[in-house]
Amino acid sequence: MSVRVFVSRDAAAVSLGADELAAAVREHPAAQRLDVRVVRTGSRGMVWREPLLEVEVGGERIGYGPVTAAQLPALLAAGALSGADHPLKLGPVESLPWMKRQERLTFARVGRIDPVDLQAYVAAGGYEGLKRALGMSGAQIVQEVTDSGLRGRGGAAFPTGIKWKTVLEQSADQKYVVCNADEGDSGTFSDRMLMEGDPFSLIEGMTIAGVAVGATQGYIYLRVEYPHAAVALREAIASAKANGWLGRDIQGSGRNFDLEVRLGAGAYICGEETSLLESLEGKRAEVRFRPPLPAIKGLFGKPTIINNVISLGTLPVILQRGAAFYRDFGMGRSRGTLPIQLAGNVRHGGLVEKAFGITLNELLYDFGGGSASGRPIRTVQVGGPLGAYIPESQFDTQLDYEAFTAIGALVGHGGIVVFDDTVDMARMARYALEFCAVESCGKCTPCRIGSTRGVELLDRIRSTGGAPGDLALLEDLCDTMQHGSLCGLGGMTPFPVMSALKHFSADFSGRR
Amino acid sequence: MTVATDDLTETIDRIVAAHAGVAGPLLPILHAVQDALGYVPPASVPHIAEALHLSRAEVHGVISFYHYFRTHPAGRHVVQICRAEACQAVHCADTEAAARRALGVEYGATSADGRFTLEPVYCLGNCAAGPSAMVGDRLYGRVTPDRLEEILAEWSRAR
Repeated sequence: MSVRVFVSRDAAAVSLGADELAAAVREHPAAQRLDVRVVRTGSRGMVWREPLLEVEVGGERIGYGPVTAAQLPALLAAGALSGADHPLKLGPVESLPWMKRQERLTFARVGRIDPVDLQAYVAAGGYEGLKRALGMSGAQIVQEVTDSGLRGRGGAAFPTGIKWKTVLEQSADQKYVVCNADEGDSGTFSDRMLMEGDPFSLIEGMTIAGVAVGATQGYIYLRVEYPHAAVALREAIASAKANGWLGRDIQGSGRNFDLEVRLGAGAYICGEETSLLESLEGKRAEVRFRPPLPAIKGLFGKPTIINNVISLGTLPVILQRGAAFYRDFGMGRSRGTLPIQLAGNVRHGGLVEKAFGITLNELLYDFGGGSASGRPIRTVQVGGPLGAYIPESQFDTQLDYEAFTAIGALVGHGGIVVFDDTVDMARMARYALEFCAVESCGKCTPCRIGSTRGVELLDRIRSTGGAPGDLALLEDLCDTMQHGSLCGLGGMTPFPVMSALKHFSADFSGRR
Repeated sequence: MTVATDDLTETIDRIVAAHAGVAGPLLPILHAVQDALGYVPPASVPHIAEALHLSRAEVHGVISFYHYFRTHPAGRHVVQICRAEACQAVHCADTEAAARRALGVEYGATSADGRFTLEPVYCLGNCAAGPSAMVGDRLYGRVTPDRLEEILAEWSRAR
């Protein structure tokens, strides 16, 4: 009788020793005697419990964690392969409160299956969405996506169906689907986890997009900092091609769709869609003027759907279960679920997928368990380096695009970076401007020059408290950047700077 | 290690030929050159430009735009320390200081023994297990200063 043991191959788990753990299981005499099969999966998202070891006992998966390779022999000696008690035992993984309280739609399969096993994907409901889409007209698919209420999960929150409709309406000899997998925002890793943990969902989503608007070629623009995701995507694409899910005449439908992974080269600006397209064309990734929109003149001048990994990876479940099913989650105009990433100084960091409407308090304390250091949480930055710093007094805000806009913040890609009370907010404001200076594409002056002048101003303010009028000058500079920049990098860098100044003005007195 | 001119020409020709028919081939070609040689030698620019019918300035402009492409050989291993917000929140500044101390260099430089090149990186996507670092293509989480010294010692011993 063989026993199945599950260890994640997700980069976060690997960074904490999952490869060593998997090897130790395979080599252990007790495991060899019992004919143990080690299945490498995505991560459940409980990063603080990685490396997590799961043992299948009576159809249920019993978790132990975090387990180092060195701890494994004692764990197996205690009978972990039959689910025995041990101080590291967590119990049935899917019954853990942290997992059970989530609503996993996009991440339904992540952590459960071998991510590059096509059969396992299909057995877990994979490709049901595409099968349904293949029986619909392009206009029907686009309507379904519009009705689901899905908004761009990369951060801009633009209705996905409307973007698609524009591409559908163009007549062209070639259209493209481009996946923006340049997940450069600090505190975000949901794209990476989905690509590593369920790459077929992205492949299926992109194929649905191609079928909907008549695009036959797709590109996944993946940041070079994600080598584990590149491996998983390439394995999955090869398997999809070999089994008739990509390429010519997909599953006998007469439809064609090809897919290729392209690597970025360490430029944050490529997360901005028009600079990403420039980069794909082999150019300096300078932001394009708009109009024309990428939906009309995108990659190589052709109509192009460009969407984030999570947006595309959510399409299979929308097409499988229907627009109404997805739309029933969420609040207001924020429909469906959001994979939220708890990062930084947080005790229980990882991925939580919940319907919109959950508050920061619930996320930070019920899921996150407070700060990792045990000190009070002073602020969180939501939505990456261009997101506002939010003070504790606003932790009752519900996760909702409009509610966040109302407090001058943004949901963005759903990353939450937690800081305890040791943080120096003037330093973080300086960092935001420094980051903008490092990553500016240089095309527009407010971003290219403004960021550097901002760093100089903050250096003066931090060291001496600044000259009279320096804070007013900083506000003026931020105003120019916000309204005068070509894209979100220069245009939104003022958010972290001004929110830090507004909510934590004492840190700008130069006394630190 | 630098590359002899004949070898370089041959390598570039081979890489360019392998990318025939690729749409927007410049970045894939530059990746392939850096994968093969460890860097993109300035002497390769005219060859690449000619093959793609671009000006040298255009190719140079692309190479210099992207942080990832290097125009000089790096040390045997590249050590990247994440200095983005999520890692700052768990005091990556201490890890950065430990790296500078251990290697005796600032960012962008190579240790005297030629073994390690130290570089900053802005997010490795390991934000729930920071501070994060990468050596070669191995990712490490919870890299405290002590852990960094262990990791560097392992890489010094093994390779």
